[in-house]
Amino acid sequence: MTDQSLHPPIVNLALMPAMAPPADVRPGPVTWIKRNLFSTPFSAALTICFVLLAVWLLHQFLSFAILKAVWSGGREACSANPEGACWPFIAEKFDYLRYGAYPISERWRVDLTQAIGTILIVWLLWTKAPRRKLAAMLFFVFYPIAAFVLLRGVALLHLPVIDTTLWGGLLITLLMSIVGIVFSLPLGVILALGRRSDLPMVKAVCVTFIEVVRGVPFITVLFMANFMMPLFVPDYLTPDRLLRPLIAIALFSSAYMAEVVRAGLQAIPKGQYEAAKALGISYFDMMRLIVLPQALTIVIPSIVSTFIGLFKDTTLVAIVGIADFLKAIETARVDPSWAGPTISSTGYLFAGLVYWGFCFGMSRYSQSMERQLVRGHKS
Amino acid sequence: MPQAVCTPRREAPGESAVAVELRDVNKWFGSFHALKNINLSVPRGQRVVICGPSGSGKSTMIRCINHLEDHQSGEIIVNGKPVAQDLRKIDEVRSNVGMVFQHFNLFPHLTVLENCMLAPVWVRKMPRMAAEELARHYLDRVRIAEKAASYPGQLSGGQQQRAAIARALCMNPKIMLFDEPTSALDPEMVKEVLDTMVSLAGEGMTMLCVTHEMGFAREVADRVVFMDRGEIVEANTPHEFFANSRSERARQFLAQILT
Repeated sequence: MTDQSLHPPIVNLALMPAMAPPADVRPGPVTWIKRNLFSTPFSAALTICFVLLAVWLLHQFLSFAILKAVWSGGREACSANPEGACWPFIAEKFDYLRYGAYPISERWRVDLTQAIGTILIVWLLWTKAPRRKLAAMLFFVFYPIAAFVLLRGVALLHLPVIDTTLWGGLLITLLMSIVGIVFSLPLGVILALGRRSDLPMVKAVCVTFIEVVRGVPFITVLFMANFMMPLFVPDYLTPDRLLRPLIAIALFSSAYMAEVVRAGLQAIPKGQYEAAKALGISYFDMMRLIVLPQALTIVIPSIVSTFIGLFKDTTLVAIVGIADFLKAIETARVDPSWAGPTISSTGYLFAGLVYWGFCFGMSRYSQSMERQLVRGHKS
Repeated sequence: MPQAVCTPRREAPGESAVAVELRDVNKWFGSFHALKNINLSVPRGQRVVICGPSGSGKSTMIRCINHLEDHQSGEIIVNGKPVAQDLRKIDEVRSNVGMVFQHFNLFPHLTVLENCMLAPVWVRKMPRMAAEELARHYLDRVRIAEKAASYPGQLSGGQQQRAAIARALCMNPKIMLFDEPTSALDPEMVKEVLDTMVSLAGEGMTMLCVTHEMGFAREVADRVVFMDRGEIVEANTPHEFFANSRSERARQFLAQILT
């Protein structure tokens, strides 16, 4: 009897209607600000401090880069203004920063190569574009040949040969990064699969390569490529001075890529392999159609991190005497005819903006890619 | 009345008459003896239900049949072809043996239709149009035709398992292996998967099914194989097995699961 009064039976016959949330939990900007920025006096103080700091930093940056900057005029205007950036300097050096010492009369070849490259890359990366297989074919097969013919030149086609010692600036940076990116991913995949192979020799070779390359600074790899490669191969087989660091950068990033891909491979459940095997699918098809598409999707953020790292590492080729974009800035900034108080700052600011622009672009693209792929197969 | 149970060593009367034959199969995981002298012969068209306590080697045994596990001694002959003699022939054996897993193992990055088309296109080298027609036919048979364009993650467990069955059937297998196909399902979804399996059994498919669904065993099995600690303890018709099992171990097992 007492039991009955302590635990009265619950019988609920009416369906309770859904109600709107009360005002203080209703989603909206005011609720969000209250909850995330001013929830306690301490967090309110922090919010105010950081807003002030951000405003001050932004003000400093804008006043140097835009408000107090010199936009027109020449060296005299820049020398007279110690407060802001000297953009006419960049304007005058712009061609040098893009092409290095590439002969002026032949620079249209670089422009053409870069224009074709841009079109093909956009076509390839734009997921809704038609006939992307054709784009891939053109980019990976036709474009390298075209780029070689255009940039280096073939006398037979009335394109004078431009020695690679004359190449420089952004041309080198882009060339290095694109070749690095295009080669490091497939090489990395092969190394990662090799590292997980059941065949002891394959595994040993891959593990040794990965661990040796990762255990050595990039500069060492560059020096080895530059100075030791010619010692091992006969003169007529020695790769061009630009090709040596290219090979180095592709091999170097492929070792890092291999570990990134391996992380993705390890995230794939055993059941996926078993289901594929049970259907009689061969190892090659299983990897290509089932395992790698899933594994690579998982590690897109790390792959892009590696690409971004590679892009910035290309600045190190200056050490073996290749005039990349940053080296071009260096050269331009010490030009005695442009001696001004803010020339160096302007040069570095511009370099920073250019590098940041490329890296940020890669980062944003990878994020949109991730969202698309996730939307693809999660409910 | 009870037919010959664990088949002793004997030559198959004709290759096509015996779908799966295991002769003195032994398997060790490290030093753990997982399968002990397994002898089992499954004639074409027979439905065999394999049951037993967990860790008794049921899954290991059927996984040996399509060589997801390798065995260390004895012979396994599937559709007249020995397994594990020639590693290159394994894919051929596998493409004729369908398998359905406890956790479905659908490919999450492909739609249900693409899951079903993958093996016919890449293993059987079937044209895409024909493969799609085949896939739609089997998706219709397991009654999820309307989910063809969905991704596995958007399906319920029961629907995923039926899609997995359709995917296996698309290879036109001669034998189907089921490894606890309903164990990972919510109770209300077990029936839809079992119904699919019952209808498959009705069409004369050779089936080896590891399951705890004794109702299914009673309804469709020609033979129930009871395993414990890596050996086949008893194999009999369902009627005999459930009504008067000979071994103490089987009686204990039945007492535990049927209450």
